[in-house]
Amino acid sequence: MNVDPSLLLSVRGLYLRRREREILRDVSLQMAPGEIVTLIGPNGAGKTTLLRVVLGLSPCDAGEIYLRPGLRIGYMPQRLAVDQTFPLSVERFLTLGGRQAEADLESALAEVGAQRLRTTPVHALSGGELQRVLLARALLRRPDLLVLDEPVQGVDVHGQAELYELITRIRDRRGCAVLMVSHDLHLVMASTDRVVCLNRHVCCTGAPEVVTLAPEFVELFGPVVGHNLAIYAHNRSHRHRDDGGRTELV
Amino acid sequence: MDDFLLRALMGGLGVALVAGPFGSFIVWRRLAYFGDTLAHSAFLGITLGLLLEMHLTLGVLLVCQLLAVLLFFGQRQKQLGSDTLLGIFSHGSLSLGLVSLALMDNVRVDLFSYLFGDVLAMGTADLLWIWGGGALALSGLLYLWRPLLAICIHEDLARVEGIAVDRVNLAFLALVALTVAIMMKVAGLLLVTSLLIIPAATARRMAHTPEAMACYASLIGCLTVAGGLWGSWRWDTPAGPSIVVAATLLFLLSVMIPGRRRLI
Repeated sequence: MNVDPSLLLSVRGLYLRRREREILRDVSLQMAPGEIVTLIGPNGAGKTTLLRVVLGLSPCDAGEIYLRPGLRIGYMPQRLAVDQTFPLSVERFLTLGGRQAEADLESALAEVGAQRLRTTPVHALSGGELQRVLLARALLRRPDLLVLDEPVQGVDVHGQAELYELITRIRDRRGCAVLMVSHDLHLVMASTDRVVCLNRHVCCTGAPEVVTLAPEFVELFGPVVGHNLAIYAHNRSHRHRDDGGRTELV
Repeated sequence: MDDFLLRALMGGLGVALVAGPFGSFIVWRRLAYFGDTLAHSAFLGITLGLLLEMHLTLGVLLVCQLLAVLLFFGQRQKQLGSDTLLGIFSHGSLSLGLVSLALMDNVRVDLFSYLFGDVLAMGTADLLWIWGGGALALSGLLYLWRPLLAICIHEDLARVEGIAVDRVNLAFLALVALTVAIMMKVAGLLLVTSLLIIPAATARRMAHTPEAMACYASLIGCLTVAGGLWGSWRWDTPAGPSIVVAATLLFLLSVMIPGRRRLI
């Protein structure tokens, strides 16, 4: 297929059926270097499945998948449950994907703010700590593309905002692209370049401010949610007026 | 020390050394039922061995390998839960083995020794099987060590990071089947799994790394074999069950000693 060579990833016309059920229908997705793309959609919309197909973990029935030759992918899975019976420190966990130089380990942990967790057993990590360690493992592969499946799962709201900021900072510093799945529309909007709204097919796609106003989006998530999101998306540029502290959107 | 007791000890220690690391993986990957299923097919292997007049361990090994491959592919289908599938294979092969043994004329087998092990009748060929097969199984496991650990933690992550997950899994199951086959003489088909998992479970409380857990499990296995054989000699009890009793006592002891260190 003819693909713009500057693209990291190009998916066209993806179809997937499982047990007579349509999971993905005519899904297309392109990603440029350094871009943050967030997949959102209701439960069962096929977000994780789409990631799995892109990663080569699940087969698809039809469609074309192009990954730039030599593309290095750092993957952060949705769930990681390390059994109590498994004595594994964070340090050891990070080297399971391959031997790592001491300096690389140190800097990956520093980048995600987890240096002090180095000798902690993995099963004793809190939700937020575990996500950071998973992110560090993905970074150790020096990825051109980070694939994050619900990166803020099991993290409290405050921690979620922090994690999204961390992901944006990582992109800014390393210039790697980020493809992530998210449930929580609220926080993710501020830290993404493009939103792909998925409900088995791509309902709408575009910059967050645009997507939240799209009728397809409103239909899927309801007008109230859309309204809140619009406010949040503009949150960064609001200012407080001196008279009574009311917030004014600009 | 009597010659037969020495041979029993040598065989038992060989089995314990191999069982430590494999048992650890079986505990980590929750494969205890899988080990049971392989062990339960042993009667079929014994029938095969008797029919073809070869060493019975070889017969057991062949059947275990075949079953391991069948289970590997069986677990990829999603219609039945893997525990259901294992249950079918486990009891199906056990019963098929018993029936086929009964159908063979002029063969009288001592069921008890196959069910619970016959370590005191350890012959030179058995010892060769245990130490030779054990060395092979351990070197294979060493070779697969890091990818196997990665798969234990997260299969998809390992796959994305370039590990040939299916090949590693299949090779691992084949090695487990080899281990189970050579353990049969010591523990019998009903007790094999216990020798795999009890020392590993005991070692868990002391270990801070996967490697340490595997080594401790081997050491604890050796202690239980020595203790069990001593008990069996001292009180004239069946050897295989005595070893498992020793393993269980050590496990209980390790649970009752309050952990001074934080459980890593």
